[in-house]
Amino acid sequence: MTDTQILSGRKQSGALGRWFSMLWADKLAFFAALFLFVVLLCAILGPHFLDAYATKQNLRGRNAPPFDLTHGWIYVLGADALGRPLLARIVVAAQNTMLVAAGAVAASSVVGAALGLVAGYSRRSAAQWIMRLGDVIMSFPSLLLAVIVLYMLEPSVANIVLVLAITRIPIYLRTTRAEVLEVRERMFVQAATVMGASHRRIVFRHILPVILPTLVTIATLDFAFVMLAESSLSFLGIGIQAPEITWGLMVSQGRPYLTNAWWLSFWPGLAIILTTLSLNLLSNWLRIALDPAQRWRLEMRGRKNG
Amino acid sequence: MKSFISKRALASGVSLIGLVVLVFFLSRLTGDPTDLYLPLDASTEMRDQFRQMHGFNDPLIVQFGRYVADLARLDFGQSLRQARPAMDVVLEAFGWTFWLAVITMSCVTLAAIVIGSLAAFRVGGIFDRIATFFSLIGAAAPDFWLAIVAIVIFAVKLHWLPTSGTGTPWHWILPVSVLFIRPFGLILQVVRGSMIGVLSSAYVKTARAKGVRTPVIIFVHGLRNAMLPVITVIGDQAAAILNGAVVVETVFGFPGIGKLMIDSILLRDFAVVLAVIMVSALAIFIMNLLIDLAYALLDPRIRY
Repeated sequence: MTDTQILSGRKQSGALGRWFSMLWADKLAFFAALFLFVVLLCAILGPHFLDAYATKQNLRGRNAPPFDLTHGWIYVLGADALGRPLLARIVVAAQNTMLVAAGAVAASSVVGAALGLVAGYSRRSAAQWIMRLGDVIMSFPSLLLAVIVLYMLEPSVANIVLVLAITRIPIYLRTTRAEVLEVRERMFVQAATVMGASHRRIVFRHILPVILPTLVTIATLDFAFVMLAESSLSFLGIGIQAPEITWGLMVSQGRPYLTNAWWLSFWPGLAIILTTLSLNLLSNWLRIALDPAQRWRLEMRGRKNG
Repeated sequence: MKSFISKRALASGVSLIGLVVLVFFLSRLTGDPTDLYLPLDASTEMRDQFRQMHGFNDPLIVQFGRYVADLARLDFGQSLRQARPAMDVVLEAFGWTFWLAVITMSCVTLAAIVIGSLAAFRVGGIFDRIATFFSLIGAAAPDFWLAIVAIVIFAVKLHWLPTSGTGTPWHWILPVSVLFIRPFGLILQVVRGSMIGVLSSAYVKTARAKGVRTPVIIFVHGLRNAMLPVITVIGDQAAAILNGAVVVETVFGFPGIGKLMIDSILLRDFAVVLAVIMVSALAIFIMNLLIDLAYALLDPRIRY
C-alpha cells in the first residue's frame, strides 16, 4: 500500500524529479554535477562580468601570492606575471576550455556515430573504406595534425575544435559500428524489416535509440579526455594562442615562474583536475542511470534516503 | 603461426604505407623550412642554394619519388636539424624511450597486479580504496601538471631529485613516477575486475575447500586466468609510451622519441618525422605480436 503510494507520488513529480532523486542517491555524482553546474555558469556568465579584471594589468601586483586580500578579494588566488588576478582569469578561461571540449565532442560524436551507423548497417564496400579511414586517422600523429591546421588555417578556437574532433572520430565510429552489428541481428529489427520498414526508419527508430546510452556515456568520458588533450596541445604551444586563454595555456604560461610563483600553474591545473574528476564521476553515474537493468540501484537507494 | 604473422604484417604494412604517404604530403603543407634554418638576413641566393641542396625546389611528386627510391635502399634521408642520417637520430631517441617504457611498465604491472589482486580479495578494504583513489586521480590529472608539480616539490623545494635531463639513475625517478600514474590506475581496475570474476569461480572454491593457502590461491590459481584481459591493457599503455610520451619527455627534457617528434614537427624536419612514424609502427607491431604470444602461453586453448 505505502509502496504504491510512494511510487505514484514519485510519478507525479515528473521525469525531472525522478532524475534528481537518482542523482541525490549517489552523493559523489551529486557534488560532481553541482561542481560542473558552477563551471558551466562561470563559462557562460564569467567573461561578461570579469573580463575587465582578467585583462587589466597591474604591474605592482606581479606574481602576487595567493590568500592575500590586501589588493581585494579578486586576488585571493594570487596574480600572474602581469599582475592579472588568477581567479578572474580562471573563470574567464572556463569559457574557451568548455567551448573547445563541447564543440569537439559534439562534432566528433555526430560525425563518428553517423559513419558508424553506415559502416555497421550497410554491407557494401563503403563500410570497409570507412573503417580503413578510421584506422589511418587513429594512427595519424595528432601533433602533426595540429601543426598542419595551425599553419594552413589560422590559430583560433574553431580550428582547435576541428583538430580535436578529427582525432576523436574513430572512437565513436568503432563503438557505433560494433553496437550496430550486434543490434542489427536482434529480433525486433528483423521484425521491422519483415514488416517493410524503410532503412531510414530502421536505423533511426529501431537501432539508434538502443545504442544512444552507450554513446552518451562515451561522450561524457570523452569530454574529459578532449579537455586534457586541448590543454596538452596548448601547453606544447600548438593549441590555443594568447591572448585567448584556456586552463591548459595558463598552466604553460606559469611554467617559467615555477620556482618563485607556483600558484600560476597550480590553480588552473587544479581546475582541470576537478572538472575531469567530476565528469568521470558523473559518467559513472550516468552509465548506471541510463541502463534499465541497473537503474534500480539508484532508485532503491533514493527511496531509502528520501 | 607463420601465416598468422604474415597476415598481420600485411594488414599493418598497408596502413603504414597509407600513413607514410599521407604524412609526407600533409607535412609539406606546413611551410618551407628555409626560413627556420637560415638567418633573417640571408640573401635570396643563399635561400635558393639551401632549397636546391635539400631538394625543396622540385615538385612534390618528384620529391616523393626520390624519397621512395631512397627508402628502397634503406636510406631514410638526412635530418635537417642535426645534419646526419634521420634513422640514426631516431634510433638513438628510441633507445631512451624504449627503456623508459620498459621500466615504467614493469613497475606498473608489478604494483597493479599485487594491489589489484589484494583489492579484489577484500572488496572495500584498504587496498580497494588505494585502487579507487589512484584510478580516479590517474584518469583526471593532466600529466604536464603532475610533472610540473612534481618538479616544484621534489626538485625545487626539497632538492631531492634533478629537475630534468638524463645521466644518473636519479634522473629517471620523476619521469617514471609521472608516467606511472595513469596506466597504474587503469590496469589496477582491470586486474581488480578480472580477479573478482576469477575468485568467485568454481575451481577457486574447490582449491579453498581443499585448504590451499590464500596467497597461493590468489597468485597461483587466480592470477593466471585473470591475466588475459590485463595483458591487452598493458599492451595499449606500453604502446602509448612507445608512441612518444610527448608532454612528459618535453617537461623533463628527456631525449626520447616524443620530444624528438614535437621538435622535428616544429622545425619541419620531415625526414625525421617520417622515420619516427615508421620506427614506432614497427615497435608497436612487434609488441602486439609478443602480446599475442603471451596469450597463447597463458591459455593453452588459444592457438594461432
